[in-house]
Amino acid sequence: MAEKVLVKGNEALAEAAILSGCRHYFGYPITPQTEIAAYMAKRMPKVGGVFLQAESELAAANMVFGAAGAGARALTSSSSPGISLKAEALSYIAGCDLPCVVVNIVRAGPGLGGIQPAQSDYYQATKGHGHGDYQMIVLAPSSVQEIIHLTADAFDLADLYRMPVMIMGDGMLGQMMEPVEFDLGERRKLPEKDWATTGTDMKRKHNIINSLIMNPDDLEACVRARYERYEQIKATEARAEEYMITAYGTTARIVKNAIVELRKKGIKVGLVRPITLWPFPEATYKKYADKVSAILSVEMSMGQMVDDVRLAVNDKVPVHFYGRTGGNIPYPDEIIKAMEEIAGGDK
Amino acid sequence: MQQVFKKPNALCDVNLHYCPGCTHGIVHRLVAEVLDELGIEGKAIGVAPVGCSVFAYDYWECDMQQAAHGRAPAVATGIKRVHPDKVVFTYQGDGDLASIGTAETVHAAMRGENITIIFINNAIYGMTGGQMAPTSLPGQVTQTSPYGRDPKTQGYPVRMSEMLAQTDGAAYIERVSVDCVKNVNNAKKAIKKAFQTQLDGKGFSLVEVLSTCPTNWGKSPIEALDWLRENMIPYYPLGVKKDKTTEE
Repeated sequence: MAEKVLVKGNEALAEAAILSGCRHYFGYPITPQTEIAAYMAKRMPKVGGVFLQAESELAAANMVFGAAGAGARALTSSSSPGISLKAEALSYIAGCDLPCVVVNIVRAGPGLGGIQPAQSDYYQATKGHGHGDYQMIVLAPSSVQEIIHLTADAFDLADLYRMPVMIMGDGMLGQMMEPVEFDLGERRKLPEKDWATTGTDMKRKHNIINSLIMNPDDLEACVRARYERYEQIKATEARAEEYMITAYGTTARIVKNAIVELRKKGIKVGLVRPITLWPFPEATYKKYADKVSAILSVEMSMGQMVDDVRLAVNDKVPVHFYGRTGGNIPYPDEIIKAMEEIAGGDK
Repeated sequence: MQQVFKKPNALCDVNLHYCPGCTHGIVHRLVAEVLDELGIEGKAIGVAPVGCSVFAYDYWECDMQQAAHGRAPAVATGIKRVHPDKVVFTYQGDGDLASIGTAETVHAAMRGENITIIFINNAIYGMTGGQMAPTSLPGQVTQTSPYGRDPKTQGYPVRMSEMLAQTDGAAYIERVSVDCVKNVNNAKKAIKKAFQTQLDGKGFSLVEVLSTCPTNWGKSPIEALDWLRENMIPYYPLGVKKDKTTEE
């Protein structure tokens, strides 16, 4: 067993990336994720890696595009406004079927918004970042320990399915210190990157990394093949914890406290916590749709994931929403009140 | 029979899509000849831009990656940092390099990024059908400067080579032209020196190539060459703008 150490979420993520074999980090400062860049600036030179502070988030994400094409495990991190800028490169990375990991330590928006914790980028992360028909896998850790495991998973999933993977947290998770073990556990076997630009050495035909396909039928076929892969990911990779108030990330931890109190009050309630936001763990919700009398989605947004919950249960059970936004964090008391109102209304 | 002329090995045996009289084909060939002569096709990785040369990934036999509009120097940086022992180059037009990608270009130069950029300056946006470029000359008529570029409202053309020569990280910057045989020969020498600069690990190298766009200039290929000579060269003087390659 590895030694327990006390570490910040952002720094745990950076170290987990290095332990996962990431040697190329490209970033640009933005609160509340800058500890990732600062940690990488210190650590990368010591492990023979590259830390590069780019001139913009645009450039940083496009450097990741280049490094990923060249076959490296590449990482960039940012917070909401910066992710909007990285969206361009994410579309190209997805269009070229390249693996990479991008971190969004979400802050409240829109615009410059604030720097307090928020989950108001759920739509952006799961429905649309850059242009075009594509998806990213989105992982939502809710503890520093889980950040470490999901960072390792993120690099593996990216390499396995040749697509960008996002780790989505918030300022609370990024800044919080918790005791953790840096043990990545057993990892999966991954395919060779025989498609990468490494130089032909005059021994093979040239590799071309490209998303420009001018023939509509060819482009459609390429997109459809990608979506077939997405179906496979939905079937095999969606993960959730199984209960009945539903929340992810930081919010899920607050919900757990509320659930303890609600159970004391005799309300039978559990938590469904999506760990993958895309693919959304629809099967878990479907399984419970017949067994629960109501679902409450709690988010640090005006209600984004709740749409996916409603789609998953398909009107079999009423889906309610409680949220705070702007950087406000829901207190357990507020969640208890919201759940009591729903439970009371059902009587 | 003795063979006196052939297609360079590094150039793919395909039809180029460029318009008649366009000078992209000449510059593609020069790059391929240099890859051959330096024996670096197998270790070269090229980055294709967005613009008329968007399909450049199909034209050289080396590994190639596409970039978004303007981002080629950032993509090349990513590749070079993964493979510092390979030869990484971008091929970009003026809209790509001097407008939407100005930040990426300037900062790659300031970092002294050990890459080579071939910069095609034809004073117009070609692929989108002839709009004003950052390099369009004062008075030049284009789709988006139908009364001629007026510096009072549309700004002045940018001399990228002179600008980049000011950066400490730039090792070798030269402006050349492909309007006549003599200048084509000089252009090849400059391109070769730029790649050699990278091979020697000296830092950022860029060759700006004054080029023609007969289609969007509304001229015959020969008129276009004359127009380049008479109008572009006076505004964009040829020559070496920066050379740190002899420094230790």
